[in-house]
Amino acid sequence: MPPAADTLRRTPLFDRHTAAGARIVPFAGWEMPVQYEGVRSEHVAVRTGAGAFDVSHMGQVITSGPEAEAFLQHLLSNDVTRIADGGAQYSVLCDEHGGVLDDLFTYRLGAPGGLPPFDSFLTVTNASNHERDHAWLTEHSEGFDVTVEDAADRYAMLAVQGPYARTAVDRISDGELPKRMRTATLAVAGAECLVCGTGYTGEDGVEILTGPEHAPALWDALMGEGVTPTGLAARDTLRLEACFHLYGNDLSLDRTPIEAGLGWCCKLDTGFIGSEALRSVEPGQALVPFVFTGPGIPRQGNPVHTEAGDGVVCSGTMSPCLEMGIGMAYVPVGASEPGTAIEVDVRGKSRAAEVRDKPLYPPKPEE
Amino acid sequence: MAESYPDDLKYHAEHDWARIEGEMATFGVTWYAQDALGEVVFYDPPEVGSSVTKDRAYAEVESVKAVSDVFAPLSGEIVAVNELLSDAPENINSDPYGDGWMVRVKLSDASEVESLLDVAAYKDLL
Repeated sequence: MPPAADTLRRTPLFDRHTAAGARIVPFAGWEMPVQYEGVRSEHVAVRTGAGAFDVSHMGQVITSGPEAEAFLQHLLSNDVTRIADGGAQYSVLCDEHGGVLDDLFTYRLGAPGGLPPFDSFLTVTNASNHERDHAWLTEHSEGFDVTVEDAADRYAMLAVQGPYARTAVDRISDGELPKRMRTATLAVAGAECLVCGTGYTGEDGVEILTGPEHAPALWDALMGEGVTPTGLAARDTLRLEACFHLYGNDLSLDRTPIEAGLGWCCKLDTGFIGSEALRSVEPGQALVPFVFTGPGIPRQGNPVHTEAGDGVVCSGTMSPCLEMGIGMAYVPVGASEPGTAIEVDVRGKSRAAEVRDKPLYPPKPEE
Repeated sequence: MAESYPDDLKYHAEHDWARIEGEMATFGVTWYAQDALGEVVFYDPPEVGSSVTKDRAYAEVESVKAVSDVFAPLSGEIVAVNELLSDAPENINSDPYGDGWMVRVKLSDASEVESLLDVAAYKDLL
């Protein structure tokens, strides 16, 4: 049951959103802007210019101490020892059965005060999973010389994405922006920020973490550079065109990261929790992107029929760039090759679809 | 377009309108409905010749995030559908009472009209 309106939380940018004409919706316990001008124009702004997303609802956990790296290596699926100082890495958090608790970006912040080996890492969680993630990490930290802190209240977070995003952020920053998958601590709009070369749109850009009190000034400075305010609806269409996973749709405790196509970030030899279970799975299904070759829009939960058996749509939308129904579905491995014709049952109507390579956007040039 | 509710239409509480001309009527959704939906990106028209029943869904409109049923304000048989909306469903947003019309219906029970709302009664619901 969704919480009552008076228990929903607001980000430090709530007043900016309403002033910009945003439609506000409840999302993962927060009142968030779903759109301003309209999802299509915001989507296109990110593909052709720059858009700013308030993602302050996302959570942060800081893990520090002499055994921080060893601890995270035990919990996160990727090889944490490969994250350089100032580096970023994507991974999943699994339970003992190999089900996915969350998907996360982790940044190595380096040694506070320059005193190695007291490493510190910042992990960004999905809003809906933050409390469970923090509890899971805390519970499993026993026996490690680490401190696990819930740092969600310390940060506001903005994503600035699009071909013009770096230019816009650069113009209001003192110092050089980090390259892709790197971080840098910089003054942006007059206050210290952690700037990360990451995103969730398939475009170049940065994500900026800063103190909540500084978020409005940062937002205003971005608007002053002509960056388009962009809501959650466009965030979803952008990530789906790029075939990035959304927890709760494409990832869950009932699916392994192997089925989800995230085997590349599961380094089983590191011995993370869930790795033993994953070693023995022979996935029967695979998560694949698809497009509708005719009319219709796929939606989460639509049944999928293939010559190799049945599957299910986990994410679907109308692609603003491709102007066709697109989605991701779990299908039998035998129907997972790009080019395979599949059928999607959209509320009783059979719609023709075809499995594609990822990403759906930008499409591969015709051969 | 700005919020508006024409005086010459009859309204259904599910945010649908009917323009009644003798035994024929045109149906569509109101400004309020299209605004609540957001940008309409897909409309799948029903079949000409199929029947519609008052208070029952006869079509679906889809925005990027949601699917909504469109309810028939009156009963009858569909004699025409707005083919323009298959390629340009955004007309439902830009012109809900004009180019955004959905179906034309030959009414089967003229007495049903009495149960519809006039513009003042409909606005009271909003």
